[in-house]
Amino acid sequence: MNNRPAQHQSRIGATLARHHEAGTMALVGWQTIGFPTIQSSRTLVPALIDGGFDLIELGVPFSDPQADGTTIQRASFEALRQGATLSIALDTVRTLRSDGITAPLIFMSYYNPILSRGLERFAIDASEAGVDGLIVPDLPAEESDDLIDALDRVGIDSIFLVAPTTPEPRLRAIAARARGFIYCVSLTGVTGARQALPTDLPDYLARVRNVTNLPLAVGFGVSRPEHVARLRGIADAAIVASAIIDRMEHTPPETHVQELRTFAKSLRNAADGVS
Amino acid sequence: MATISPSTGAARPAEASRPGRFGPYGGQFVPETLMPSLVELIDAYDIACHDPTFTATYDALARDFIGRPTPLYHATKLTARAGGAQVYLKREDLAHTGAHKINNALGQGLLARRMGKQRIIAETGAGQHGVATATVCAMLGLECIVYMGEEDVHRQAPNVFRMKLLGAEVRPVKSGSRTLKDAINEAIRDWVTNVKDTFYIIGSVVGPHPYPTMVRDFQSVIGRETREQSLAQIGHLPDAVIACVGGGSNAMGIFHPFHDDASVRLIGVEAGGDGVATGRHAAPLSAGRPGVLHGALSYLMQDRDGQVIETHSISAGLDYPGVGPEHSWYKDSGRATYVAVDDASALAGFELLCQTEGIIPALETAHAIAYAAEYAASRPSSEIIVVNCSGRGDKDLSTVATRLGMTL
Repeated sequence: MNNRPAQHQSRIGATLARHHEAGTMALVGWQTIGFPTIQSSRTLVPALIDGGFDLIELGVPFSDPQADGTTIQRASFEALRQGATLSIALDTVRTLRSDGITAPLIFMSYYNPILSRGLERFAIDASEAGVDGLIVPDLPAEESDDLIDALDRVGIDSIFLVAPTTPEPRLRAIAARARGFIYCVSLTGVTGARQALPTDLPDYLARVRNVTNLPLAVGFGVSRPEHVARLRGIADAAIVASAIIDRMEHTPPETHVQELRTFAKSLRNAADGVS
Repeated sequence: MATISPSTGAARPAEASRPGRFGPYGGQFVPETLMPSLVELIDAYDIACHDPTFTATYDALARDFIGRPTPLYHATKLTARAGGAQVYLKREDLAHTGAHKINNALGQGLLARRMGKQRIIAETGAGQHGVATATVCAMLGLECIVYMGEEDVHRQAPNVFRMKLLGAEVRPVKSGSRTLKDAINEAIRDWVTNVKDTFYIIGSVVGPHPYPTMVRDFQSVIGRETREQSLAQIGHLPDAVIACVGGGSNAMGIFHPFHDDASVRLIGVEAGGDGVATGRHAAPLSAGRPGVLHGALSYLMQDRDGQVIETHSISAGLDYPGVGPEHSWYKDSGRATYVAVDDASALAGFELLCQTEGIIPALETAHAIAYAAEYAASRPSSEIIVVNCSGRGDKDLSTVATRLGMTL
């Protein structure tokens, strides 16, 4: 496993560094491209950023989302019905950039849509559109060499997941390839809101810290302000995804901008320790 | 005859130097949460295979519980009807639970017990693998949960009842196309969640390494027996071996021991559904392109955006958009040939075997029978064709009756 080459700091790295210097925690939000409509991300991504999210993960829908729980699955299937594709996800990023969005935008896509497009072509297209990072939930470090090479050439961060089951030698190997931040899966399971975060989270994050200087972002199950508050001081960023989709499913589309802005603010306050 | 012959790590010339790869195909495309368990499984399987106690236990149960060896049967009436080469049937339909699936379920079940995993999960399409796994779990005293697409729960009702009788919990899967592919997705999600105490018994030569190799090893008993029986009963190797291919475990099981016998033609028969030209089929080797699904790179039915597309087949067990990675390599390397047989021809094959030989085959198997009859007709009577009669058709009676316009 190769070590990362010296690079200029990415937009993701700069955003997280800013928070680190200010002693605050960053928030990573989520939109599934094409849910509930192809156009909705154009208003909802700014609403999330407005409310206090710093980075946005954009979910590229896939027919077989094996790492996702029921919430993201439903959004993914609905997005496919709306006709969402990787090409449309790239169009969305171009539109957001032309609308003046400067926050880091991170794709979360299963491997096959990327492989189908071609790794080189994907990297070039994503870079030109304005994508800053890529998370591939079904691509472990062992299978990632070709994709990392392609992404490194265009300056897109390859973001890797680690899990509570990952033993130390693997943690080291993954950290050596990781760019931007390490995505720490909070629990042993699939995505989706949970009542509470695992109690052994501090120990687990300490194990990851021990092998890397990269920022740690915690996701899976992080769904409430009190969860975000619990991550203060132990994580550099909190990732909230399914909880955003849950809110959208339970409210009419015309209220989504307001709903998400309000939800984002409540999470921002929790991250900042404001009650 | 010995019934287990592991080959993990020992790459054949046809396999890449990297373990778990067949040419470019295979690999381990799974969430990080599962990777440590795959590493653990690779090691546990490797050690078990070299432990004479494990292999002796497997061999004894293969004989006394499954009923191995299964016969190699000269289907003289089918041969006469086809009017060409001699057709032999490898009678996996006579194995306990009525299909080849038990060969693999037994091996993985014994491995799970040895690894101290008490909770077993499995996916099933036609229900044959689910029944085999439920059977092995009942025999070994393991908890068993089977994921099955909701559509398959309806069209394979007798097997659902059999699994329940055997003490398994059957969980209908309502997501996606509600067939085998979605049952595997759901089983993977369960595995990700419960990985510490759960063993996932995959039913075909698919999934992340080491599954394609491990399942092939356990199923290779079919081909080893066929090879020995051919030499003993006929005096030489067959000229062709034909098997149906969904995920491809019965086919790889009978093909693999013939890999180095260049004179033996290997022919895999995919599900043509309404016809490959219609796009409504389940024939990735005939009409797909390489992609990643369920942990491995292999031929895959997908659209131009890399989304997996829905499949169509009269046979639930073949209704799958992917195929085992070793088959993809056999296709590219030319070691095997793959053809497709549509629903109507498979039904004709089903009736043909019933009427000529008094054997009711599974609808999956009927695809191989249909092609074998056609192929035999084109070959001289001096040639020998072995068809893997992979399963019996009791489970399919209502599907066939409906197609034939009858009510039970």
